[in-house]
Amino acid sequence: MLQAVSAPTQQRFKLGRIGWSLISLLALVALWEIAALIAQSRYLPGPWAVVEVMIREAEAGELWTNIAATLIRVAFSFVIAMFIGSAIGLALGKFKGADLFFDSWLIFFLNLPALVIIVLCYIWFGLTEVAAITAVAINKIPNVAVTMREGARSLSKDLEEMACVYRLGRWKTLRHVTVPQLAPFFAASARSGLALVWKIVLVVEAFGRSNGVGHQLNIAFQLFDVPMILAYALAFVIVVQIIEMAIVQPLSARANIWRR
Amino acid sequence: MAPLTHPLSIRIDKKIFPAVGGREQHLVLKGIAFDVEPGSFVVITGPSGCGKSTMLNIIAGLDEDYEGAIDFGVDGNPRVAYVFQTPRLLPWRTVYENIALVLPDGDPRVANIPELLQRVGLSSEAAAYPEMISLGMQRRVALARAFVLEPEFLLMDEPFVSLDDPTAQALRELLVTLWSRRPTTVLFVTHDRAESVMLATRILRLSEGSASIAQDVAVPLSVADRSSRAKVLAEQHRIFGDG
Repeated sequence: MLQAVSAPTQQRFKLGRIGWSLISLLALVALWEIAALIAQSRYLPGPWAVVEVMIREAEAGELWTNIAATLIRVAFSFVIAMFIGSAIGLALGKFKGADLFFDSWLIFFLNLPALVIIVLCYIWFGLTEVAAITAVAINKIPNVAVTMREGARSLSKDLEEMACVYRLGRWKTLRHVTVPQLAPFFAASARSGLALVWKIVLVVEAFGRSNGVGHQLNIAFQLFDVPMILAYALAFVIVVQIIEMAIVQPLSARANIWRR
Repeated sequence: MAPLTHPLSIRIDKKIFPAVGGREQHLVLKGIAFDVEPGSFVVITGPSGCGKSTMLNIIAGLDEDYEGAIDFGVDGNPRVAYVFQTPRLLPWRTVYENIALVLPDGDPRVANIPELLQRVGLSSEAAAYPEMISLGMQRRVALARAFVLEPEFLLMDEPFVSLDDPTAQALRELLVTLWSRRPTTVLFVTHDRAESVMLATRILRLSEGSASIAQDVAVPLSVADRSSRAKVLAEQHRIFGDG
């Protein structure tokens, strides 16, 4: 009797999860529409007006070239930041002296406002692509370093001894013992890193690039073109969400297969 | 494999733990010197904290901060396997991968893994991850990992601790079977007296405090005798004066 009752409830709940998020999204759009109807202002266009702009921009090709330009910048600065940040973090986690010395540097860079780094990079290196990517990477490196330092500190001495007694050698120890222990830390800094890099890339583009979503938003801002701003924002959110679901989530699910 | 002619020779003149966190520096081991004949099963026993594990770590080469010398009596690198107090398996590798990992790439002994898994009763767990099987099973994986190497020297540090009695007993019997199939020099640390008598061909008792060897006796039991509770108890009484 109990089973007969509980099984369908569970199923209804499962169906409900996708259903609920759909309903809640629709409610948000409806609310937006109502607000736009009441406001009757060109500074608060309704959802349909925004989608129209999005389609127009997409057909003209503008949307895609700008999103692509932004994605390329995100990719470069993300990879550079992860690489350098991991190297610094691992070194600090492993060598106590270096950690003692550089800890205050790390705190300084962690607290340095993103805007300061961006402005200084453009002043020092000119309004170039290299300056833009460097600025984003520098913003992200301290966060990665702090997380990876935690990872290096928590490496298991027990497993290190096991690898030593069984003479696994450098490469096998790295691949089977060390890297898997660091993977959760790497994944954590990658996820939070991606979220941060998206946002900073737009600022960098608004300041000193002539393409990309950030640049487009800046132009729209100067024209007070709210439909354009919302169209780009929406398109960008969708792209980020697709990347999160299609790449980040499956990867982290695969990496965690051995966990209970 | 060429037969071993030289005994393993262990000499630890002095091992000191430096002072850490309010604890004063103290002498852990002193004046330890003994030889181990190839193929013997030596149990090192003594009260907890007397330096047994430290001695094993020194022999394994994990602790190089001591005065003395370890001579394995073989040319080149000795093949050493170590079964730790905890299984120390890689949780992100399957049971099979954990065992195969200790073999060099392309080593023909990989072919022995299925049979070994069958011997330790884990054939159907080959693809399981360590955290998904019981502690007793994990310890069996650790045993298989040690034996797949066909080690010349097998070091074991209370490998059956924190298991229920029947499980521990089954593992001891498994160890005796594996060892008698392929005799190798074993150094086995335990504080369990019945366990030491059941397994050992020779027992070394360490004294309390700054440990040195207090007693060194042979255990003249046959393999059959070792599964007889009465004979093990009698021998335990003879050696330790209790039981």
